[in-house]
Amino acid sequence: MTTASAPTPTLAMPRIHPGRILIWTALFIGGVIMVTPLIFMFSTSLKTAGQVYDLRMIPASPTLDNYVKVLSDGRFLRWFLNSTFIALAVTLSNVFFDSLVGYTLAKFRFRGRYFVFLAILSTLMIPTEMLVIPWYLMSAEFGWINTYWGIMFPGMMTAFGTFLMKQFFETVPDDFIEAARIDGLNEFTIWWRIAMPLVTPALSALAIFTFLGNWTAFFWPLIVTTSQELYTLPIGLSSFAVEQAIQWEMIMTGASLATLPTLLVFLLLQRYIVRGVMLAGLKG
Amino acid sequence: MATIALRNLVKSYGKTDVIHGINLDIADGEFVVFVGPSGCGKSTTLRMIAGLEEVSGGEILIGDQVVNELDPKRRNIAMVFQNYAIYPHMTVRQNIAFGLYTSPLSREQKDARVTEAATMLGLTPLLDRRPAALSGGQRQRVAIGRAMVRDPAAFLFDEPLSNLDAQLRAQMRIEIKRLHQRLGTTIVYVTHDQVEAMTMADRIVVMRDGHILQSGTPTEIYDAPANVFTAQFIGSPSMNLLPAAEVEGRIVAQAGGPLLAGLRPHDLVVGAEEGAFAISGEVTAVEPLGPETLVHFLTEGRTVIATAPARMIPAIGSTVQASAPRGALYLFDAASEKALGRR
Repeated sequence: MTTASAPTPTLAMPRIHPGRILIWTALFIGGVIMVTPLIFMFSTSLKTAGQVYDLRMIPASPTLDNYVKVLSDGRFLRWFLNSTFIALAVTLSNVFFDSLVGYTLAKFRFRGRYFVFLAILSTLMIPTEMLVIPWYLMSAEFGWINTYWGIMFPGMMTAFGTFLMKQFFETVPDDFIEAARIDGLNEFTIWWRIAMPLVTPALSALAIFTFLGNWTAFFWPLIVTTSQELYTLPIGLSSFAVEQAIQWEMIMTGASLATLPTLLVFLLLQRYIVRGVMLAGLKG
Repeated sequence: MATIALRNLVKSYGKTDVIHGINLDIADGEFVVFVGPSGCGKSTTLRMIAGLEEVSGGEILIGDQVVNELDPKRRNIAMVFQNYAIYPHMTVRQNIAFGLYTSPLSREQKDARVTEAATMLGLTPLLDRRPAALSGGQRQRVAIGRAMVRDPAAFLFDEPLSNLDAQLRAQMRIEIKRLHQRLGTTIVYVTHDQVEAMTMADRIVVMRDGHILQSGTPTEIYDAPANVFTAQFIGSPSMNLLPAAEVEGRIVAQAGGPLLAGLRPHDLVVGAEEGAFAISGEVTAVEPLGPETLVHFLTEGRTVIATAPARMIPAIGSTVQASAPRGALYLFDAASEKALGRR
């Protein structure tokens, strides 16, 4: 008599490709490199002046005193509001004008269309540093030095935003636009009611990039502002280092507070940011 | 409702003419189908009627008014597009109501029209859905609903069923036809599908290379095609054509002959009693369709398609004889490709 033994069940281990391990390791190291300064910033904001050079990640005796001091300093609130106002105004302006111009270039056939597009695109080749002098001369000529408008005007419309929106509007089927034309809508209403809702991912990406870019802008606001009332957060925080002996714990507290809106924007709109990066890259 | 007239209508892109001075009168309430292969100018003509393309020459009249310079919205027409063109960010109700966006009607009147159109098209349970949650046929109905609520003088359809599967297409054909019977509005419909043209049209307009080749009722076009192109384009499978000559009063197949002899596959029957015309050849393919079988065979170096009764499936390589009755032979001039009548 023979007995048949059932095959011993084996536990199948998922195979992990060595290439993946390398990629994960590289990503992990990259993540650590990027996050460490942020953790130090936050950690330092919880330290007293005497503990600043104690490089422990978790402070020996964490305190929120720095936050109380910074928030009770009226200047910080003012700079925070300045940054918020400027970033929001520039973002709204970009969302409106970049998409309007992008839509026109994508959906209307007119003489000189390519020339206009190339002219706009060519401004992407010019580094900001080269533009600062003409911007400054313009501002001086028109009396825009040390005004909100002076800080905002160079970014109110961008070539990148126009390009991004044009590429996106090209994916909107012409049938939608023509159907709306037959339904009796004028061109502005078609853009606003039909085309804009169809490019929400691109609009979100543009809004996020513009907001973050303006929130952290330093170079031009530093040049064009002369009074503390008009400082934006990055300029204000840097003045902490200049006007007194460097108070790292205060600077780090201000920086931590300044990071909150960007973190919030990122956490809420992470999906759009990733998509926006992909779109901007792929479409380009 | 309104008549539509095209008078010497020309469309050019640069120096290239794509529509060559066509003339057509569409009666009030008529269902006219433009049919032709891709690039024949049928959609361009429709878009000129809609006002989406500029007219390069000639006139378009809707009613008694020349509309060449009128914006689309002032022509009082509605158009249904191939890709439906219903807005994905709006519900079915909003999409249908969008046809009345610029209408001076009161909100109550607009709501009543939307409800009426939705009821007529069977969309009432779907009114609060978004297009993404609809099937292709439902989306097309929404597009038709948006056109209907405007109560336009004419409907323009630009290949509206192209994106649907065969079964749904057949269903929508009937629905559009019924809708026309109920509303009685003038319809201009563009398709490249001759079955759609035959089943829906009051009148078919056959186009090729920017010219109207023939215009007539489906029966007229099928029974009396004016030229080789129309004869082959209308009818499925296509008409068989063989070079031929007339010898002593009889039409005989002859390579390089001055005539083209046309026989529709449904007139040419395998295994029928001897008819007025008979062809034989070697079977190269058979297509059993259920009610009948299509038999492909070679004769005079050309493939001819004939029909056979359902259960008769000839073997590949066998020789078959097919015959057609008197009156089934269409004759064309080989040089001009114009029709010469039937025998």
